[in-house]
Amino acid sequence: MLRILHQIFRTGVVTEPLPTEVEAEIVEIGVRLEAAIRRKFRRSLVIRQVDAGSCNGCELEIHAINNAIYNCERFGIHFTASPRFADMLLVTGPVSFNMEIALKRTYMATPNPKIVVAVGDCGCNGCIFGESYASLGRISNVIPVDAHITGCPPTPTDLLLGILTVIER
Amino acid sequence: MSTLRERMTTQLGAAAEPLAGCSPADIPLFRVPREQFNEAARTMKYAEARLVAEWAADETPFGRGFAVYACYNRGTEFLLVMSDLPEDEPSFPSIYKKYVSAWRFERQMKSLMGVAPLGLPDARPWIKHEDWPPNTWPLRKSFDPKTRMARMKGDYRWVRAEGEGVYEIPVGPVHAGIIEPGHFRFQAVGEEILNLEARLGYVHKGIEKRFEALSWEEGAGLAGRISGDTTIAHALCYCRAVEAVTGTAPPERSHWLRALMLERERIANHLGDIAAICNDVAFAFLFFQFNILKERLVRTNYRLFRHRFMMDLLVPGGVTADLDSQGIEEILGELYALSGEFERLVVIYDNNPSLEDRVRDTGVLSPEKARDLGVVGIVARASGQALDSRIQAPFTPYDLFPPRVTVLHSGDVHARAWVRIEEVRASIKLIRQILTELPEGAVRLPLTPPEPDRSGLALVEGWRGEIACWVQSGPRGEINRCMVRDPSSVTWLGLEQCVHGNIVPDFPVCNKSFNASYSGNDL
Repeated sequence: MLRILHQIFRTGVVTEPLPTEVEAEIVEIGVRLEAAIRRKFRRSLVIRQVDAGSCNGCELEIHAINNAIYNCERFGIHFTASPRFADMLLVTGPVSFNMEIALKRTYMATPNPKIVVAVGDCGCNGCIFGESYASLGRISNVIPVDAHITGCPPTPTDLLLGILTVIER
Repeated sequence: MSTLRERMTTQLGAAAEPLAGCSPADIPLFRVPREQFNEAARTMKYAEARLVAEWAADETPFGRGFAVYACYNRGTEFLLVMSDLPEDEPSFPSIYKKYVSAWRFERQMKSLMGVAPLGLPDARPWIKHEDWPPNTWPLRKSFDPKTRMARMKGDYRWVRAEGEGVYEIPVGPVHAGIIEPGHFRFQAVGEEILNLEARLGYVHKGIEKRFEALSWEEGAGLAGRISGDTTIAHALCYCRAVEAVTGTAPPERSHWLRALMLERERIANHLGDIAAICNDVAFAFLFFQFNILKERLVRTNYRLFRHRFMMDLLVPGGVTADLDSQGIEEILGELYALSGEFERLVVIYDNNPSLEDRVRDTGVLSPEKARDLGVVGIVARASGQALDSRIQAPFTPYDLFPPRVTVLHSGDVHARAWVRIEEVRASIKLIRQILTELPEGAVRLPLTPPEPDRSGLALVEGWRGEIACWVQSGPRGEINRCMVRDPSSVTWLGLEQCVHGNIVPDFPVCNKSFNASYSGNDL
């Protein structure tokens, strides 16, 4: 236990002192995110992430925005296990033929009004997988999409900025 | 003990015909009549060889029919067996009675290539779902990849359990966390799991078919997206297979840089996995601490290589990025800080009884089962199997600095976590050795196109375990077939076997300790 406490004290708060290249950006995005979430979502934006066929690269970066350094919860962003509680769907793709039905059902299970964000180059345009017998390509080929976050995969900063852009609209 | 090659010739005699055309040259390729394909498997089983992969190829562009291949391994020896199958009746005797993992390989071959394993009792498709139109065999040359498929009616026939108090829990494909999709079906009594059956294929994107429309160079980009967390290892395995088939020898320095990237990928993913194992037993402190280390590592990747996961850095013939002396200093400085912090956290992990209570004796995969299933990588090493491609099929610098292979025997969640801890330490040491003796020179050579009808095999130890990639050139020197076997194709079998008798709430931590890839499995 003493070791745990010692480690906690020597770690301190890692969330704030960000490396210089992203610090200013994240803090600025964060302030605006928090304000927008406070105004439009009563302080809490609840996101359900859906992997509709991705390679797991985008998932790693969505995980990263939850780590201690980006710590998206401080801006009011929370990831939920059920689409029934979600304000926003973050969908990664390309949509595989075998996930088409599950994606549509998840979309239907999310209450209105809902925001759908396609994440990653594959979700936005199918990328290297394209459209084939097994891949239906971009997310908007299957469900209506409100915004896109490009990148292969998008960095955590891109993700936060993308979420901000769509909720500020 | 006689070599696998000798066993093959003595047991099958003239029926086993050695073939040329497969690279590297030290891996023998035997053609056997298809009636004796299972006889060859029996010979290999008695020689205590492991089945690496089994796959089919459409060889009609060469004026032949189909072909079925199997790759076996024992120690540092690899061996390929193939049989020609006539185009009008492509069937072969199943080898599932000798090798359990062949069960799924053969279901997959039947589903996607339409070759029939005779005697395989399981007629259910694999990867392909039941609602695909009948006679859809996407890997056949006659199948147009642009086909828009109709949906049919069909249900998966699950293994059922009956009896008083037995109930089923269906999970997925959309899971509760930020993870890939797949379906798990549990049969349980009270909290105890009687059986688990996984049904995968949800993220099948047609990767193997897609390769056939790309050039050899473009293929590296696709290989790097087979599983986003294993981008270096998959791209490396593909590049090595392509280099084998084309006879390209990349510059010395590029091998060392590739090993450096492979080890960095291993450390980053192991840190994330140890973190996630702690999280699944509700020890949030270590979850956040280990993830801070992982995040720092991927940020250094970004500064050095302009990509957090180092995607698109590998090409057949070398690498597209180089490292200057400043970069070397940066990595060494980072490793110093990382290893100090890591060791402090490991002491906390090791001294925490409440954590130990959850991870010890949970999800035990016995060494016998691990051997029978043919699992690889961290899962195998936690269950007493000394398998590591860096030792079994090494390339420079692994032959100069063979990494220490940690083999534990308890096969539980703790063993799988501890193997990762030891491997982080070994990889840190390895990177230091690589950076001290990194040779100078060019990092990339142009690729010469391969001759028609050649094949190449490569094996690379990704962070999950051994990846196998086999490529075959077509009549015009293009990609005719690219087979990828992610370690997950075999470790998923281990997950199903390790949860028997465990409680349902321990499934997430068992699953995390395997952390098998859905995308790598489904392709």
